[in-house]
Amino acid sequence: MAKAALVIPEIPFQSRGLDRKQTWWERLRKGDEVVHLITLAGGWSILVITALLVQHLWVYSRLSRHAFGWHFLVDSTWDPVNGVFGAWPFVYGTVVTSLLALAISIPIGLGSAIFLAELAPRKLSNALTFLIELLAAVPSVIYGLIGIFLLIPVLFTVVPYFQKYFGWIPVFNGTFYGVSYFSASIVLSIMVVPFIISISREVLIAVPVSQREAMMALGATKWDVTWRAVVPYARQGIMGSIFLSLARALGETMAVTMVIGNVAQVSTSLMAPGYTIAAVIANEFTEATGDLYLHALIELGLVLFAVTMIFNALARLLMLTMKGHEVVG
Amino acid sequence: MKPFDLRQLSKAHEVRFSVDAETEEKLPWPQFTVADLNFFYGAHQALKGINLIVPNKRVMAFIGPSGCGKTTLLRTFNRMNEIIPGTRVEGSIRLGDKDLFSFPATTLRRVVGMVFQKPSPFPKSIFDNVAYGLRLDPAIRRSEIADKVEQSLRRAALWDEVKDKLHQSANGISGGQQQRLCIARALAVEPEVLLLDEPCSALDPLSTAKIEDLLFEIKDLCTIVIVTHNMLQAARVADYVGFFLNGELIELNRAKQIFQNPEMQQTQDYITGRFG
Repeated sequence: MAKAALVIPEIPFQSRGLDRKQTWWERLRKGDEVVHLITLAGGWSILVITALLVQHLWVYSRLSRHAFGWHFLVDSTWDPVNGVFGAWPFVYGTVVTSLLALAISIPIGLGSAIFLAELAPRKLSNALTFLIELLAAVPSVIYGLIGIFLLIPVLFTVVPYFQKYFGWIPVFNGTFYGVSYFSASIVLSIMVVPFIISISREVLIAVPVSQREAMMALGATKWDVTWRAVVPYARQGIMGSIFLSLARALGETMAVTMVIGNVAQVSTSLMAPGYTIAAVIANEFTEATGDLYLHALIELGLVLFAVTMIFNALARLLMLTMKGHEVVG
Repeated sequence: MKPFDLRQLSKAHEVRFSVDAETEEKLPWPQFTVADLNFFYGAHQALKGINLIVPNKRVMAFIGPSGCGKTTLLRTFNRMNEIIPGTRVEGSIRLGDKDLFSFPATTLRRVVGMVFQKPSPFPKSIFDNVAYGLRLDPAIRRSEIADKVEQSLRRAALWDEVKDKLHQSANGISGGQQQRLCIARALAVEPEVLLLDEPCSALDPLSTAKIEDLLFEIKDLCTIVIVTHNMLQAARVADYVGFFLNGELIELNRAKQIFQNPEMQQTQDYITGRFG
């Protein structure tokens, strides 16, 4: 049997430009490089801005940091005349108003989002969502005015009755002046509720039909489908909307200043006036005389930054532990 | 209920079972009796004058080209179509001896379970997935749930593969395992009927074989209605096969009869792949 010889035909050299290296300019014109550069610059700018922010807050608060050390955080005296500065009333006010605002807005926001996504006819839902997104765009000073002219008069009539029955609870007792942690929290909750509704509605609508049908096929009622299949599936997005609201509430300045009373004191009662970090910086920055005063205000900014970071970190941690328990894919 | 004579019923409802000596077997009572069923999506008529009987504790397969209405009929059996706005049903369906539409939909769906084309586990643990349906029923005690979950997973031939990771995410197992998990989830509430809507279309042949094996295992427990594009699958698992075309039931017969000696030319064309 003759061996079949394997013949390898010679391939004539054909240059189709594949062997030529592209110049830098040619690669730039193709697009990939440009997009890479632009997005890279965007990414870096975030890091650079954050770093600059922290550096400036750190450097321009040095007098105050050196003078008071860690006591700055826990001291509740704020006396510009004698040059004694403590941040505790402001930290307390910021945290209390933000958390109370969330406690009010989460049930309302989530409830509205579920209604708009699951129960309302789509046309009504779209119309209402448009209005809600308009609410999110209203300037905060307008909310402050609403707080002063609408909310506080109403509270003046409601709160005395409330205090008559619940005044024995420490958080509700004391004289009510209209301006208070409570008023600020309500204004804040009105301000953040549109964020919760609008984002939560989007994520609820985005839950796949297969999840709803799978649940329905097990004999679930409409409410079971919503509460046990749709909401758990959308949980991460809903949490995201809540964190965004928390960030907004912590940093809100104008509306809070107008209704919280601007008194640097710590009160157990939510009906008492107080102060927040953002409000005190806005109010006193222009009239800060002396370097120590100015540095103390900037250190307050640093503290606000830290509080926001800590809350965000806690929120992340909460998400991670929830993942561990309920397993998100 | 008394067993019925297939020939009588097929006369009554003009069901196209071929009538010969062999057909005179005694069938158990009908699970579903469908008479003159029309179904509309808005103005589009998806099902036209369907008459058929689904015998109890048997496997019935629906075959036909895409858009022929077989899935629509399947979804009518547990009234899943009701959630789609603009749909309309005419005619009657009986579940056993009762009108299908006289039940509350949620009760009906516990009796008539369904498994979908795409595996759709909930983003929870494997155990929780199977326990979901059980927890919806307040009459089922907490202590029973673990036993029932194990039983369902065993029935779905999944227990040995997942018993060590019951509390891990259901999204972490393979597509075939997820689909068997969905079957286990549907079986956990002990339905009378299990509807399967192309359950193997997204799976590899090995997973498909496992699911077919498990259908043989569970057909003593419940009536199975399966929609499939895979004719070999229909031939392997089904006792009866219905062929649909353009919203009409062209032919309904024993699987052997349909695949070896179909009555209608259209059926012949479809199963030999000469459809055009």
